[in-house]
Amino acid sequence: MNKSLIGDSMSRVDGRLKVTGQAKYSGEYKLPGLAYGVLVPATITKGTITAIDVKAAKRTPGVIEVITPFNFAGLPGFKPDAAQPVRGLKLFNDKSVSFNGQPIALVVAESFEKATYAASLVRATYQEEAFETDFHKNREKGVTPQGGKYKDYLRGEANAYKKAPVVVEQEYLQPSEMHNPMELHVTIASWEGEDKLTVYTKSQGVVSTQRTFSNAFGIKPENVQVNSRFVGGAFGSSLRTWPHEIAAAYAARLVRRPVKVTLTREQMFTLVGYRPFTIQKIGLGATADGKLLGITHESYSQTATYEEFTENSVNCSRFLYDAANCNTLYKVVPLHVGVPAPMRGPGEATGSFALESALDELSYALKMDPIQLRLKNYAERDPERNLPWSSKYLRECYELGAERIGWENRSPRPGSQKEGEWLVGYGIGCGAFGAYRGRALAKIKIMADGSVNIQSATSDIGPGTGTAMTLIASDLLGVPAGKITFELGNSAFPMAPTQGGSSTVSSVGSAVHDACMAIRQKFAALDGQSAEGPLDYVALLQKHSLPYLELTEESQSSEQAKNYSMYSFSAHFAKVHVHPLTGVVKVMRLVAVVDAGRIVSHKTAASQMIGGAVGGIGMVLTEEAIFDDKYGRYVNGNFADYHVPVNADIHQIEAIFIDKPDRYINPLGTKGIGEISLIGVAASVTNAIYNATGKRVRELPVTPDKLI
Amino acid sequence: MKPFQYMRPTDTPAAIRVKGKEAGAYFLAGGTNLVDLMKMGVVAPEKLVDINRLPLRGIEVVGGGLRIGALATNSEVADHPYVLEHYPLLSMAINAGASPQLRNMATTGGNLLQRTRCSYFFDPTMPCNKRVPGSGCGAIDGINRMHAIFGASEKCIAVNPSDMSVALRALDAVVRVSGPAGERSIAMEDFHRLPGEQPELDNTLQKGELITAVELPAPVFTKNVHYLKIRDRTSYAFALVSVAAALDLDGSRGIRGVRLAMGGVAHKPWRLGAAEEFLKGKTVTEDNFRQAAQIAMQGAKGYSYNQFKLRMAPNAILQALKTAAAIV
Repeated sequence: MNKSLIGDSMSRVDGRLKVTGQAKYSGEYKLPGLAYGVLVPATITKGTITAIDVKAAKRTPGVIEVITPFNFAGLPGFKPDAAQPVRGLKLFNDKSVSFNGQPIALVVAESFEKATYAASLVRATYQEEAFETDFHKNREKGVTPQGGKYKDYLRGEANAYKKAPVVVEQEYLQPSEMHNPMELHVTIASWEGEDKLTVYTKSQGVVSTQRTFSNAFGIKPENVQVNSRFVGGAFGSSLRTWPHEIAAAYAARLVRRPVKVTLTREQMFTLVGYRPFTIQKIGLGATADGKLLGITHESYSQTATYEEFTENSVNCSRFLYDAANCNTLYKVVPLHVGVPAPMRGPGEATGSFALESALDELSYALKMDPIQLRLKNYAERDPERNLPWSSKYLRECYELGAERIGWENRSPRPGSQKEGEWLVGYGIGCGAFGAYRGRALAKIKIMADGSVNIQSATSDIGPGTGTAMTLIASDLLGVPAGKITFELGNSAFPMAPTQGGSSTVSSVGSAVHDACMAIRQKFAALDGQSAEGPLDYVALLQKHSLPYLELTEESQSSEQAKNYSMYSFSAHFAKVHVHPLTGVVKVMRLVAVVDAGRIVSHKTAASQMIGGAVGGIGMVLTEEAIFDDKYGRYVNGNFADYHVPVNADIHQIEAIFIDKPDRYINPLGTKGIGEISLIGVAASVTNAIYNATGKRVRELPVTPDKLI
Repeated sequence: MKPFQYMRPTDTPAAIRVKGKEAGAYFLAGGTNLVDLMKMGVVAPEKLVDINRLPLRGIEVVGGGLRIGALATNSEVADHPYVLEHYPLLSMAINAGASPQLRNMATTGGNLLQRTRCSYFFDPTMPCNKRVPGSGCGAIDGINRMHAIFGASEKCIAVNPSDMSVALRALDAVVRVSGPAGERSIAMEDFHRLPGEQPELDNTLQKGELITAVELPAPVFTKNVHYLKIRDRTSYAFALVSVAAALDLDGSRGIRGVRLAMGGVAHKPWRLGAAEEFLKGKTVTEDNFRQAAQIAMQGAKGYSYNQFKLRMAPNAILQALKTAAAIV
C-alpha cells in the first residue's frame, strides 16, 4: 500500500463520540419494558444446593421472577453428558457448586435496585463438601491438558541445562490477575416471538457470541443478532460467552420482556475469568561465554474443576532463543475456582516473565551484558518449527531501545547507582506473540456522493479498529478518511473473527484491503480502464447512472504460515527508581520497541502500546487477586483493595515501531501489537529492580514489602 | 441495600434526639464509607439522619488554635491556607488518603469514624468479631497482610484506615462532641480505642453523640514535618505503614519538640511516645533517628502475612524523620 497516504497522526474516528458521552455502550440501550436481572452468588466453595428459599425475594415489591436450579427449565443446547457442553453454562443447569461466587439464582425485577435488594433476600442451604483452592498444596496434582496441543515438548536432550558450565534454575510465581476493564460486563437480551433474539452485550466477537446463543437456545444463527458497537475495555474477558449472558436471554424469554444483567465490580472477580495463578520453573544452562546449551521450562497453572483452561506459557522458551536442547512441560491444576480466561498476552506474558527473568539471572552469573547474552543466542530461524521467520527485527529492537533508554548508563554492578535518595536500575525484557491471520469478510459500498461505507462483524475493544480500517481504505481507494464510515460490532455484518490474539488488523484489514481492491476493479471495468491509476468514483457512477456499487470480499488465512514462522517481537526497556528504606518502586521510564510489521495507524498503535505497558506495570507492581483458602474466597475482590495502577504510578512510556512490512503474512504487511505491548514488560521491570537493588523478586507483584 | 428511612434535620439538637432515640439510626455525612458498607451488607441502617444541613462546616482560628467543623470536607481542610501554613502535617496526611473525588465528599467527623478496611469485616460471609461480636476473627489466622502489629487482641487485629487521624493524633487534637448529656471534649488519644474484648467499638463516643468539631492547639510544628505513607500503589490505597513526623528544631538542629504517630499498625492512630521521649533534647542525626525508630518498635508483634511491617515500620519512621529534618 501507498505509505504516503497513511495518516500517521489521525485521531480515532470515534474519539469525539467517546469523550462526549455519545458513544452508546451495550448497557445503555433503554429498550421499552426493560427488566433488570441480578445474579445471586453461592457463598460456599463446593457442595450441593439442597434448597433455595425465594419467598422473601418474591414478596419484594417490583420483583418479577426468581430463577434457580429448582425451576430452571433447561436449554436445548445444553447437554450435560455431551463431550463438549455449551461453554458459559455453569449456571442453573444443576445443583452442584464448583466455586465460591458461582451464580445460583437470578432475580428479575422492575429496577436494578429492587433486584439487588431482593437478591440479598434469597437464602440457599447447601450440603457442603471439602474443597481445594490452595495451589501450592495441590500443585503435584497437575495434569497434562486434554488434546495433543499441550503435550510435553522435547528438542535434543531433556534437562540438558543441568550439565552446562553455568546454570540458572529458579521458580517464578504469577498470581491470579483480573482483567478489570472500566466497563462492567453487561448483557441486554430481547426476544421477538419464540425464535428471534437480539442481544446487546460486551463482546470481543459478535459472531462467536451469536453462535453460542444460537446453540444454547436451539435457534438459527441468523435469528440471533448480537450488537457490541462500543466496548469499554475487555483484555480477553469478553472472548467467550459467560453465564450471565445466557441468563439474561433465558430470563427475557421467561418473563417476555427485555432483560438486562449487569455484573457488579465484585462479581467481575468471579464470573468473567482472569490470568491464572501460575508457578514456573526455568532451567538455563550456558557455556562460560554465554551460549545457551539447554532451556527447560515447566509451568503449573490453575484451572477450574468444571472446565479446563489452557494457555501458552511455556511456548516462548522453545523459539525465542537458539538452543539445541529444549524441553517444556505444561500442566494445569484443577481447583474449586472460577474458570480463568485469556488475559492480554495470555500465557506468553506469564511465560516471558519467567524466561526473561531467568535470562537476566544468567547474565549476572556470566557477568555478561543482558543484551549481549540475547544477541549471542539470537535465533536466526525458528528453532521450534525449523522454519525461517516471515520477518524478525528483534536485533533492531535491542539497538533502538538501548539507545533510547540510555543503556550505556546502566551499571553492571547491582545496587551501585543512585539519583537523590533513590536507587537506580535498568532492565530489559522481551516478548513474542504469534502473528495470526484468520478468515474475514468485509462489505464495501461506494455511493454516488463519493462516500464509502464498509461493514465487518469485527469488534473494537479499544485499539481503534475503525480508525485503522478507515486508514487502510482511505489509502487504497484514494478517498479522504472523512468520507469513509467503517461499521463493526454487529453480527449481521459480514463475518469477522473474534478480536483477540492481536489479529484484527491482519485478518479484517486484509478483508478490507481485498474489498477495496475488488471494488476498484469493478469501477475500472465500468469504463474498461485500468484499476492501477486514480479513479473518479463519483463521475463513474454518474456516467453509468448507478446509485452505488457494492461487493463483499472474503479473505483467508495466509498460505505462507506453513512455510514461515510468523511472530511479532518486542523488547521492553525499563528504568526504575527503588527507595532503599521504603521499598517503593517507581518505573520512571519504559521504552517499548516493537517489530510488528507495518504500522497502519501510528497514533492509535502508540496508544495501544502505552495501554499494554500500563497493564504490564500493574502485572509487575500492583495486581494480585488474593484467596483465603480457608474459605475459598477472594479477600480483595473489589476496586479499593485490588490495585490496578493509577495515573500516579505511571511516568514516562514511549513506544517505538520498527515499522517494516512482513512480506508473507498478508497484503498489508502487518503483524499485531495488542499482546506484545505487555509481554516482556514485567521482566524488564523486575530485572531493572535487581539492577537497582541486588534483590531478585521472583513472585509478582513486587509490592514494597518484598524489597525491604 | 436494605430499604431505610431518610431524614434531614437542620439543627443539631434535633439530629442528636433522633439518633439517641432509635437504635438503628446512623448519621450520614459525606457517605463515602457508610454507603459502601450499606452496599456490601456490612451495616443495614433503619434510618439515615443526614447531617449535611447542620451548621458544622466552618474552619475558624480560635484563641491561637484552629477549630475545624465536623462537616468541613477533607479537601476544604487540606487546602485551607491556615492549615497549609500552620498545620502542614495535617494537610499532607489528608492528601495522602483516598482520591480527590472522595476527599471532596468525605468530612472531618466522618473520617474520624471510618471503619476498618479489614477484608473479613467487609465480607458478611466471613467471621468477624467487629461486625458480628462472637463470630470469630477471620484475619488472625487468615490473610492478615494489612493488619495490626501493635495493640491487637485475640478478638481483633484490624487497623484504623485513616490518614487524617494519624496527623490529628500527632498534633494532639481534641474532638468536640455533642450528645443527649450535653457537650464534651475527647482528646485524640482517648477517641479511638484498642479492640480488647469489644472490637465492635471503634471509639469512645457514647450513644447519640455527634462530633461537632475538631480543635487543634496553637501551631508549633509548622516547618519540619512529613507524612510518609507506604502503600501498594502511589495513590488510592490504604497504608501498609504510615508515619506522621513533626520536629520543632532550634538554630543548632537541636530537637526542642517532636511528635511521631503511625497509621496502618494498630486499631487506633499509634503515637510513638517512647521514641519522642528519646529524641527530645537530642540533635538531628541519622543515628538518633534510627535509635528512635528501634525504640518505637518495642512491643510490636507480627502475624503470618504482616511480618514485613516489623521491618517496614522502623524504616518508615527513619525516613519520615529524615525528610522532616531535611537530611538527604
